[in-house]
Amino acid sequence: MHENLTRERVADSSPYGFKDLAGLMSRMTGDEKHSEAATSTLDALWVLYDRILQVDSSMRENRDRFYLSKGHGPQAYYAVLCAKGFFEPELFDMFGAFKSPLGYHPDRALVPGAEISSGSLGHGLPLAVGTALGLRARGLTESRLWVLLGDGEFDEGSNHEAVAYAARAGLDRLNAVVIDNHSATQGWPGGLETRFAAEGWATRRVDGRDHDALERAFAAPHPGRPGLVVADVGAPGNL
Amino acid sequence: MAGIMRERFVDVTTELLDVHENLVLVTADLTAGLFRAAKESHPDRVSNLGIREQLLVSVAGGLSLAGMRPIAHSFAPFLIERPFEQIKLDLNHQGAGAVLVSAGASYDMASSGRSHQSPGDVALLSTLPDWTIHVPGHPDEAEAQLREAAKGDGLVYVRLSNQSNAEAYGLDSGHGFRVLRRGTQATVIAVGPLADAVLRATEHLDVTVLYAATIRPFDAEGLRAVVREQAVASVVLVEPYLMGTSTAEVSDALVDRPHRILSLGVGKEELRNYGSPRQHAIAHGLGPAGLRQRIFSFLSS
Repeated sequence: MHENLTRERVADSSPYGFKDLAGLMSRMTGDEKHSEAATSTLDALWVLYDRILQVDSSMRENRDRFYLSKGHGPQAYYAVLCAKGFFEPELFDMFGAFKSPLGYHPDRALVPGAEISSGSLGHGLPLAVGTALGLRARGLTESRLWVLLGDGEFDEGSNHEAVAYAARAGLDRLNAVVIDNHSATQGWPGGLETRFAAEGWATRRVDGRDHDALERAFAAPHPGRPGLVVADVGAPGNL
Repeated sequence: MAGIMRERFVDVTTELLDVHENLVLVTADLTAGLFRAAKESHPDRVSNLGIREQLLVSVAGGLSLAGMRPIAHSFAPFLIERPFEQIKLDLNHQGAGAVLVSAGASYDMASSGRSHQSPGDVALLSTLPDWTIHVPGHPDEAEAQLREAAKGDGLVYVRLSNQSNAEAYGLDSGHGFRVLRRGTQATVIAVGPLADAVLRATEHLDVTVLYAATIRPFDAEGLRAVVREQAVASVVLVEPYLMGTSTAEVSDALVDRPHRILSLGVGKEELRNYGSPRQHAIAHGLGPAGLRQRIFSFLSS
């Protein structure tokens, strides 16, 4: 049995809503090369943190864990963390500065609320497989794991070791969200979800800008196996 | 072809899994079959990931993030060289702790060829901070190092080998050098399984012989204390992995006085020969006769 939404969520006393995120993001300047990456993840990140994840700044042991594997263009991630009370927006003014805790890729030692450091692609999903095994060994069966990747990132072979093993091990607390902006150089003929499905994952593809569709997909149970949601945001330039 | 050290690793780890509830063993097919009993006792804490070494190291990092103490094992080239970015990012950069235990070392699998040999592993790992690197010269040392590593939370590499000294010289000296012999003309540092060859090579030579079963952190103070007693600072490094791996550490330890260093170890050039580990040792000049010739020449020059 697998319920995503039946646990009590900490009362959301945050003063920020989805509409505030663009303004928060605009305070972070300098990394314009990745501004598309930053906005492609925004909707999925917001729905996860606002409607799905059992996590807050207390970082209690039985929390859900979100791993940002697509670490470039983290402005959306930082904005969502700020909006959910992990740190104050004043940090954005120093984005990328020498002593700033907020760099162009997140560092878990510096960013309050960041579970992993990322930047090199293909590490988040394998890390999450380890964490899923560890949480299971500790009996923390309530905790769900969510990993966010990109379709281009899925080129990296290390992902495929994780995809194969996760299903064989029945890691049903593990969820992958792939932001598909069709940027993979050689593409994924048939859809990248077919690679996950072939390995035994539950898979869904939804409009990556439709919050209700995202929520339904994220909340859909997948007993006995890990789950994938592909959030399709169209090709770059189609924002 | 399990060597004695690897058998000891299996026995000790199986016992440690009973003792430490946070301990997890992950493998990538190699040696996995020998942990069947452990897997039956602790199904959630013994996992064979299949032939997936990048995943092996990342999983160790992820386990650490979940509050567990991971031991990850494979042959040295597949554990350290193949997934080196995972060591850099999924262990060091995440601030994770892990115990990496390798088998095969530099030429244990002499007849398997270069792909199964890793003389470069210690040097590669030395480019990262915070690693304790053990090079046990005897199964008893390996056992002590594993027991200690299982209780800790840092980054530890235990480099098992089929080559072994007759005695465990390093059991009572913590992680520092142990003095095996005292002399005045030079200090010879013998690392891990090469100690017996070094002792034979330096019989009747007026040299101090230090033994190390742990090479990182480097016991600079231990070296300085010994060299201080000698008129000239001449040091010979004898390492069972790539020659020169610890030359900088010796030099840093002796920065305040003129010194000479002879660095002996496995050659950089590939040895496209098979045969036995002993034949490889001799080919690299690491047998007693080869060591004696070069040390003697260094002392005379």
